[in-house]
This record gives sequence, structure tokens and C-alpha cells, in this order.
Amino acid sequence: MTLNQIKPAFMGQSVPTALHRRSRVYAILALLIASGGVVAFATAVGSVEIPFVTIWRVLLSQLPLVDITPTWPSTIETIILEIRLPRAILAGLVGAALALAGATYQGLFRNPLADPYLIGVAQGAALGAVVGFLLPFDWHGMGFGIVPMLAFAGALFSVAIVYSLARVGKTLPVTTLILAGVALGALWGSIVSYLIITSGERIHGIIFWLMGSFSLSQWSEVKVVLPYVVVGMVIILLYSRSLNVMQLDEEQAQQLGINVEKVKLILLAAATLITAAAVCFVGTIGFVGIIIPHAVRLIWGPDHRFLLPLSVLTGAVFLILVDLVARTVLAPTEVPIGVITAICGAPFFLYLLRRKKRAVFF
Amino acid sequence: MIKLEVQNLGLAYGRNVVMRDLTFQVMPGEMVGLIGPNGSGKSTAIKALSRVIPPYSGRILLDGKNISKIPRGDLARLLGVVPQMPLLPSTFTAFEIVLMGRNPHLGLLQYEGARDLAITWQAMERTATHSFAKRRIGELSGGEIQRIVIARVLAQEPKLILLDEPTANLDISHQVQILGLIRNLCLKNSLTVVIALHDLNLASQYCDRLILINSGQVHAQGTPREVINPRNIKEVYGVEGCVYAHPVNGLPAVLLEAGSGKHTKSGEAATIRSLKHKGAINGGI
Repeated sequence: MTLNQIKPAFMGQSVPTALHRRSRVYAILALLIASGGVVAFATAVGSVEIPFVTIWRVLLSQLPLVDITPTWPSTIETIILEIRLPRAILAGLVGAALALAGATYQGLFRNPLADPYLIGVAQGAALGAVVGFLLPFDWHGMGFGIVPMLAFAGALFSVAIVYSLARVGKTLPVTTLILAGVALGALWGSIVSYLIITSGERIHGIIFWLMGSFSLSQWSEVKVVLPYVVVGMVIILLYSRSLNVMQLDEEQAQQLGINVEKVKLILLAAATLITAAAVCFVGTIGFVGIIIPHAVRLIWGPDHRFLLPLSVLTGAVFLILVDLVARTVLAPTEVPIGVITAICGAPFFLYLLRRKKRAVFF
Repeated sequence: MIKLEVQNLGLAYGRNVVMRDLTFQVMPGEMVGLIGPNGSGKSTAIKALSRVIPPYSGRILLDGKNISKIPRGDLARLLGVVPQMPLLPSTFTAFEIVLMGRNPHLGLLQYEGARDLAITWQAMERTATHSFAKRRIGELSGGEIQRIVIARVLAQEPKLILLDEPTANLDISHQVQILGLIRNLCLKNSLTVVIALHDLNLASQYCDRLILINSGQVHAQGTPREVINPRNIKEVYGVEGCVYAHPVNGLPAVLLEAGSGKHTKSGEAATIRSLKHKGAINGGI
């Protein structure tokens, strides 16, 4: 922001509201375009290379009122529309959700080490998923299979327990919440470990789920995850200014008109919901939720009104690209995405950290 | 214009009672000082007045309305606070922190408009913080941060301002500037001001009335001349005979004297004499 643009406003002239934040608004626009481009790119690359022109023609032909005569084989259309596109979109959704949840938890807890899994979401989801893998029967409902259903329920259940343990009267002390989450997460983790070593030949599926994979992504999964993520996102973005004020201590935030306990509860619920929805089908993918918000903060600053939407877009672009690497680098074998996120992301993040050389970056 | 009434306020942390039966009122355009020793309950009273901690007895009324019935957002438009040693996020810029003062005036979907930016900038000019508006909080000194928080409360445009030791980190030039500014606002805009102060001289000079608190109870209440007298100072602080009339305006002034043999003129002279005697200091002095 430049203060020269504010001064004339003080002299009685009007200034466009967003003028002093122009560069970050441009960044949001650029990333929006980039995420579209990355989806198209991820759709083009794979064991069957498809030219960009064909991708766009196939995609546009799906829109109503657009009349393009198909000049491509129907297998190409199937690969684009039924295999690669839902996969790229699910990866984008999950990346966006994890990065946003991470940024929200970091802001809420005022702690740079916070990530979406801090208060027991991941371990609860893992426990649910492992139980789902070990059950002798299958079940389907509301678009979920038994594994994602139990993973989703496990995540929410786990956070609900942590929340009720940490609550003191009408307030929710953040430190108690984190400690309760870490302790309960450790308990779930040890149960998961025990179940894994006794799981026999199902161990492969379990390990693959825990490290995360988009290999079985379908439109049906996108349809289930999308509403949770969109609703959670809208709620969190609505409270981004409150989250800024809550970067002061809770006392000052109250004195500036924030109903701290209410906002904490709403943000906690929304961030937990989008995290649970993100991990239930594709597994507990690590690293995205902690590193993307930090990278965004290092580049564009700590204002949550930009940090949150920029984290959404950066997280989406990042995870689509990482998934692309995961399915092409050792093709036809797929590498679990959790392995690739850190291999790709850590060097870039360390580079940012060195380049900015800011003593305190939170 | 808003009138503050505090009636029989009792405050406690758990079972530990820190304030009993605090009763006073402040009219618009009046500046009232809370004074008293460390741990007397001044900061706790400020927290209760801003509804951060609930009282166990008594009421706090703003224009006759109990503050516990006012929603937080509405309350923040009436009442602003300058906390003692505020914690600020180090990566935000000074301007961004002052801009947070506009929060209670904005709806959930609203963005700061030109007017909010102008009010914020004006608040920074008045507190002489505009010169470092773009710097990050982590790079600022304690005194600069103190002034940022005062600018924030001005940007908040409340009708009642509560200040907890606002001059604790300031040098004398900024003490005079900030207290003068608050005093001016109080008079010109009929603001209601409650200020907790350690410095009895500043309290005497700037406040219309003082409330002297000792271990959670009001010891004396009235004009500076009525409250700051040798008897009260002796009873509350245990310090003897140090109240004088200010040579210019005659208001009470507290001047301290160190005990015998230290830092006083005669003490220094005695030290020098004895050192000279031992040959440690040569004719240079």
C-alpha cells in the first residue's frame, strides 16, 4: 500500500478502496488464471499426450450453447473428462482446502507450527479410515464409501472430543485446545499403528491411504467434497478481517469489537469441516497445510484478507502440479502424493525463507 | 458524549478478590485518573470497564445502560481501550494496526473505505506516528508501539477512552504530547476519559479528578489537590513528606528524596572527599 494515495483522501478527494492493495489484488487474479491453466496442463500430460487445442475444444464442447463438432476419438474424450479432469479438480480442491485450513489454524492459534492436523483431525480420520479398511463389509451412502465415511466421521468426532475436553466454562483457551489435540492425536496414532501391524495383506491399501493418493479420483468424489469445501471457505473468508484483529491478543480483539469466543468456534468448525472433507477420500496429505500459508505470508504479507484467498489458490495450483509429478515421474507406477509434496515443496520453501531473511516471519 | 457510572463494582480472579465496592462516575469532557500502588487493581478495573472480565458484583453503566447488555461490536464504537504493554503481531505494519481501530465500524462484508483510511491517517498524524506508518511492528521501539496503540484508539472514534499506563514507555516529550492530545480531545470533543497512571505528577497535572486505590478499595476520591496530600501518600505508599506545590500552577507535585548518603549532593561530596583521602582521585576533579 502506498500512503501517498491515502493522503489525498484526507484532503477530501475520494480514493478507490482497494487501490492501496493493488499488487495483491493482481496476484489473486493472476493465480486464478494460473489455476485454470494448471488444470488444463495436468489434463494434457500423461501416458497419452493430448494437445492443448484438443483439451480446450473438448472442455468447451461440454458447455451449453457451444456447438463444436467432435473431431477427436471418444477415448480421448473419456481420458480428459472421466479420468484426468476430475483428478486435477479434486487435487485442486484438496490443496485449496488444506492450505486454507492451515492458514486459518495458524491465524487462530497465532502459532507458526499450526497445521490442519494439529488438533487431531488427521489422526481421527486415519483411525476411521483404518477401521473402514479392516471391516469385513462395505457400505455406501451419501456418496461416501465406508472408508471415506469413517474417515470423515473420525475427523469430526476427534475434534469434537478435543473441543469438549479443552473448553473451560464459556471460553476455549487456545493452548489447552492444542495440547488436548496433540495428546488425543497421539492416542489415535498409537491405535492406528497397532491396527496396521495386525492388518495382514490389507496393509498396502492402508499405507497408501495414509500417504495420500488421487489415483482413484472420480466426479462422484468431487461432488461430495465440493459443497463442504465451498461452504467452509465462504465462512472462513467472511471472517478474515476478524482473524486480522485476533492477531492482537484476545483482550484487544474483544476491545475492538470482536466476539472472540464466537469467532473462534465458527472458524474452528469451518476449518475442521473442510479438512475432514479434503482428507476423507484422498488420505492425510501432509505439508501443504503448513507450508503454503507460510509461503504466501512471506511473499504477500500477513493480512488475512489476502493471505486466505491467496492460500486457497496457491494450495490448489501446488497440489495439482504435485499430483501431476506423482503420477508421471515413475509412470506407470504412482508415487504416494505425500512423498512428493515435501520433495517438491521443501526446497522451494527453504529458498523463500533464505531469500526473505526476515528474522520473524509470523 | 457519554456518561460512565460505576456502582459498587466488585472484581475477582477466581476466589481472589482484587476490587471491592468501587463507585465513581465520569461526565463527558472529564478526565479521571486512577492512581495507586502496583497491584492495587487499576488494570483490573480497566479490564472490567471494557467488559473483558465480568464483575462479581455491582454494575457499569454507559448513559444508564449496563455494559454487559451491550453487544461487543456496539460497545467498541462507544468505548476504546489503550492497554498496558499491548502485544502486537510483529509482521503487520504500523498502518495496518492503526487501521484495525476501524473494525467496529465495518460490517462482515465491508472493506475500509476512503473515509476509514483518512480517519486512520489523521489519527497517525495526531500521534506523530505517520512517519513510520509503513514500518513493521517488529522494527519499532516500545514508545513507538505505545503511540501506535493510542493512534488506534483515536481511529476507533469512541466516546469513552480507557487508558492503562499510556505513558509508561514514553520519554517526557511524548508524555506531554500524548497526554496533551488526550486532554484536548476530552475538552473539545467532550470525550469521557479514564486513565490509570503510575506517575502522580502527570496525574496531578492532567486529570480533573483522581481516584486513589489501595489494595482493591478506594482510599480517596476528588480533585488532585484533595487527593494528593502528604497524609494520603504516606498511608497508601508509605512514603513520607514529599508533596509540594508546583511552582507554576500550584498543583500538588511529588518530589522524591533518596535516603542518606546516596546520590545526594552532600553524599557525593562525602564520597569524593573520602576517595581523595585514600589517594584514588588526583587533583583532576
